[in-house]
Amino acid sequence: MAVPQVAAPPGVRVKRRGRSWKGWQFVGPFMLVFAFVFLAPIAYTIYLSLYRNQLVGGNSFVGLDNYTKALQDSQFWSALGRVSLFLVVQVPIMLALALIVALAIDSGRLYGKAFFRVSIFLPYAVPAVVATLMWGFMYGNQFGLVKNINDWLGTALDPLAPNIVLASIGNIVTWEFIGYNMLILYSALATVPTSLYESAEIDGASQMKIITAIKLPAIRGAITIATIFSVIGSFQLFNEPSILRPLAKNAITTFFTPNLYASSLTFAGQQYNYAATVAIIMALVTMVIAYIVQLRGSRNR
Amino acid sequence: MRKFLPIAAVALLSLGLAACGGGDDSSDSSASSSGTVSDADVTAALEKGGNLTVWAWEPTLKQVVTKFQEKYPNVKVNLVNAGTGNDQYTALQNAVAAGKGVPDVAQIEYYALPQFALGKSLTALTGYGAESLKADFTPGPWSSVTSGGTVYGLPMDSGPMALFYNKEVFDKYGIAVPKTWDEYLDAARKLHKADPKAYITNDTGDAGLTTSLIWQAGGKPYTVDGTNVTINFSDPGATEFAKVWQQLISEKLLAPISSWSDQWFQGMAGGTIASISTGAWMPANFTSSAPGGSGKWRVADLPQWTAGATASAENGGSSLAIMDKGANKELAYGFMKYANDGDGVQVRVDNGAFPATTKQLNDPAFLNTEFKYFGGQKANEIFAKSAQNVVTGWSYLPFQVYSNSIFNDTVGKAYVSGTTLTDGLKAWQEQSAKYGTEQGFTVK
Repeated sequence: MAVPQVAAPPGVRVKRRGRSWKGWQFVGPFMLVFAFVFLAPIAYTIYLSLYRNQLVGGNSFVGLDNYTKALQDSQFWSALGRVSLFLVVQVPIMLALALIVALAIDSGRLYGKAFFRVSIFLPYAVPAVVATLMWGFMYGNQFGLVKNINDWLGTALDPLAPNIVLASIGNIVTWEFIGYNMLILYSALATVPTSLYESAEIDGASQMKIITAIKLPAIRGAITIATIFSVIGSFQLFNEPSILRPLAKNAITTFFTPNLYASSLTFAGQQYNYAATVAIIMALVTMVIAYIVQLRGSRNR
Repeated sequence: MRKFLPIAAVALLSLGLAACGGGDDSSDSSASSSGTVSDADVTAALEKGGNLTVWAWEPTLKQVVTKFQEKYPNVKVNLVNAGTGNDQYTALQNAVAAGKGVPDVAQIEYYALPQFALGKSLTALTGYGAESLKADFTPGPWSSVTSGGTVYGLPMDSGPMALFYNKEVFDKYGIAVPKTWDEYLDAARKLHKADPKAYITNDTGDAGLTTSLIWQAGGKPYTVDGTNVTINFSDPGATEFAKVWQQLISEKLLAPISSWSDQWFQGMAGGTIASISTGAWMPANFTSSAPGGSGKWRVADLPQWTAGATASAENGGSSLAIMDKGANKELAYGFMKYANDGDGVQVRVDNGAFPATTKQLNDPAFLNTEFKYFGGQKANEIFAKSAQNVVTGWSYLPFQVYSNSIFNDTVGKAYVSGTTLTDGLKAWQEQSAKYGTEQGFTVK
């Protein structure tokens, strides 16, 4: 940056600017797309969240009113509470199962390893919409598998009853995503050098000891990543409840999850501004929780 | 990060410019079509021709479009089924908000019309001479398309209610056709006891049915005066309804099957759903979706809340309206008038629709039509009588579409948990009032 100290007229400064813009010419196209695709929607959502458009009275600037309203909105909190419950119950179960499967396949003692790997991963390849429809048909106690079970056993199971529908959704999500998480964990396990296992065996370590002392510490990063994905997935829960809703509209409310709430606010209530507020708050909550998980995951390395 | 800002600003600016461009277009088209449009203008537009997009799910409009295009060969009508009821309204509201892809004409049910009118999505038909058509329509539907003294659409059909029942099932278990809702309750008990698989009817919580039955019971939960709205589900009509319906729910006498599902039609064809209370537009659906019940079903007057009364109510029914953001409004009005007031009405009636026009409703040929599905019964006589007996003075909320969307959050609880119907209705009232207040209405 050796710029000659010449008292140049304003026009000459163009030369200096031209040089500093050279880099921008390279990143410009990317930056333009980045601004359009990433920054503009966020900015627009924030902009929306500061207004209120009423059927009577039209559009007006309301500052942070929508945010104070959201923080006092019992429906929003119940939605957030529901996905949080989902997070603390479903995610550990799913990840534990995925870990067990990954360790089993990695142990090399499983007969038909490739078959298991593919068949456990297969549900992930089924689109979530199709998977939920499929489970919906099974859950139906008027026509589905559950009806048949009820007929045979004389029971009155109803997986779509209000108090258990969240567990039923958890079951679908677990089924869908075990394979995906298994693959993350399994590929991390595959990178562990086999020489470590050999030396552990020479030292007389049991298989259990190898898992706790070598495998788990080695894949800690992968577990953290899988957890972060699952946290985000839980907070964004939408497809499954939204598709099951026609089958159980009295059990799955319009504010069942934050995303479903935002969608009902937009499409049924025309409350774009308030829905934008809910979206921003949920984005913040998700980022904070994901960040905490990441901090915890990398702390004791 | 600071370096990124200028570019982001440029991007946002261009977004803003693009938005302005869109705005200019729409204001141009609405400016050109304001003012008075005479019949001659409409006829000229029809002769000149052009393209017309119509969003509707009413099945008989297909035949109307065919006939219409024969008469006006220069007009090309693009009939789109963008979903039924709420699905279409969602798509429509999104199109209006985006200002793009808005149809010229849309089918809108009576209960939803005030919301679209209030949202300035519809063209007021004042300048088109629509007021002069008042005498052509029955009073109920006509008052439904009028909001605050302005006409926003033309009535397409109407839904005076009747009881449709499976005579074969009723005869098999020796059940008489119920004259009152108390008798209906007894019939429900008798039937379900005789055959645990059979139910008198299905209901999983349906806002339309609930409001219609409260309407029939003389309840007036909604009063609307401009932007002053009252919501009250504790009046005698609503209480009367809740008393009987609560017993049907508590004693598990209602089939837990949602209307319009495949199981619903199967149940009606197969005899496990023995009756339904709905609008006069139903027969076409019976014929097409539950053909197995043909000959077994009959139509009767709706059971009464007071013995000996003749009260009825409307259920469903819809209008065609011209979208404010649509192009070609003269042409749109021409089509609408043809379909709902002109030659199109007879075409629709011939294909099984139930009209809102007095000419067809008083036509002996219409009244004497024998329905094969109902064993040769002249069902239109019952429907026409019901149309005359509709309780007057009912109105829907100017935000009924939203209100109905949260029905299952509130009243729906009564169907799946210990919540009572009365508490459910109270919660519905509160949630609806809250929304109304947020939207700038004065709600009491």
